[in-house]
Amino acid sequence: MIEIRGLEKYFGALQVLKGIDLDVAKGEVLSVIGASGSGKSTLLYCINGLEPIQKGSVIVDGTDVHAKGTDINKLRQKLGMVFQQWNSFPHLTALENVALAPKIVKGKSKAEARDIAERQLRHVGLDDKLNVFPSALSGGQQQRLAIARALAMEPTYMLFDEATSALDPELVGEVLDTMRLLAEEGMTMICVTHEMGFARDVSDRVAYFHQGVMEEIGPPEQIFGNATSGHTRKFLANVR
Amino acid sequence: MQETISFFSGFTPNDLWFMGEAALRTLWISALSITIGTVLGGVFGWMLYEGKLTAALTLAPVLDIFRSVPLIIQLVLFYNFAPIVGLDLDPFGSGVVILTIYTAALVANVARGAIEAVGKPMRRAARSLGMSYWQDMRYVVLPIGGRAVFPAWVGVALGVMKDSALVSVLGYVELLKASQILITRTQEPFLILAIAGAFYFALSFPISRYAAKLEQRWAQ
Repeated sequence: MIEIRGLEKYFGALQVLKGIDLDVAKGEVLSVIGASGSGKSTLLYCINGLEPIQKGSVIVDGTDVHAKGTDINKLRQKLGMVFQQWNSFPHLTALENVALAPKIVKGKSKAEARDIAERQLRHVGLDDKLNVFPSALSGGQQQRLAIARALAMEPTYMLFDEATSALDPELVGEVLDTMRLLAEEGMTMICVTHEMGFARDVSDRVAYFHQGVMEEIGPPEQIFGNATSGHTRKFLANVR
Repeated sequence: MQETISFFSGFTPNDLWFMGEAALRTLWISALSITIGTVLGGVFGWMLYEGKLTAALTLAPVLDIFRSVPLIIQLVLFYNFAPIVGLDLDPFGSGVVILTIYTAALVANVARGAIEAVGKPMRRAARSLGMSYWQDMRYVVLPIGGRAVFPAWVGVALGVMKDSALVSVLGYVELLKASQILITRTQEPFLILAIAGAFYFALSFPISRYAAKLEQRWAQ
């Protein structure tokens, strides 16, 4: 379980998160929507400790992410993350991309790491690309590779930071399908997304962020059908 | 008629052997300096990248001095002043020390460029997988950044090898010094300098060819 309490985050003098309280239960799929600059991506970076916070706390399975004594590298193994820019390691083949972290972070043997990598690449439908370098893969394939790479660490939670925003329109579908598959398998997911269809169909809850504040959170039917906040309605009217 | 005493004698196959040995000494002093200088330069480059202001105020000016003052001046100064502070180094030792620092000063900027070439998003992706700072450095930054600046590094290495000729002013008999000795004896500067040039080419060319091959393989 992820528990966020009174989270405040500044970039210099600019406050990007203004006191967020949010719980995400195991098995839940939460979509976070909102205009760019609303702080939704920053929220993900604060959850896995890639960005320091100024106030409040983030607790993952009982461990305070931002506490001094926390072994952040160990904790991050629980929190897989997929970025807008897929960031595949260009000097490694698809298989090596996925096998690297299990090998060096978890200390798996070469054979074990290879098994894990093959399994995860099959999982995301890239089993015919094992020995291909990322430069020969499409954006959608590279993003699925990034998902496999995160899954290889056997995380409890997956954080998606606008995973489809940098993709050509015709490649968005394959990545969303992979994310749907994970949701069906019961993965706990926090998806920052601009894909309203995905948010409506796949999420258990949808949160709307506006200028650093979580304006509204609820089941998709409520957010998309009967939003109470004027900002939420205006945003949804504009993206449709 | 009385024979004149001959101070000069022609170029013999033995002299070629003499130059070959000197070429090996050029290779040896260069390889040693470039190897140690690259490791040191890597550390300096990392300090410049991570140290930001502190490094910019302390390390950077020192490296600037070594990069800007002509190597021949550094060599002569160091060779003559080192004994004063109790460092009794022969020409070879002095040459290695100065060439190493000179290489390190040049490589420092290359190394900083290597780290900068790997963007923050890539490094965050590595860290998000649970890699530590040093694992990220070793398995992501070094191979990706290293390849990006490899051509620049090869340029530095070949430059230092040619610049090692300046160690001849300290009396170390590398390729250039050997050539000067032979020119004095044979009075055939054109022939001997041409041969010395050929030796330098023979040392550099395989390195640049091998480097080009590596780059080609990485580009795939």
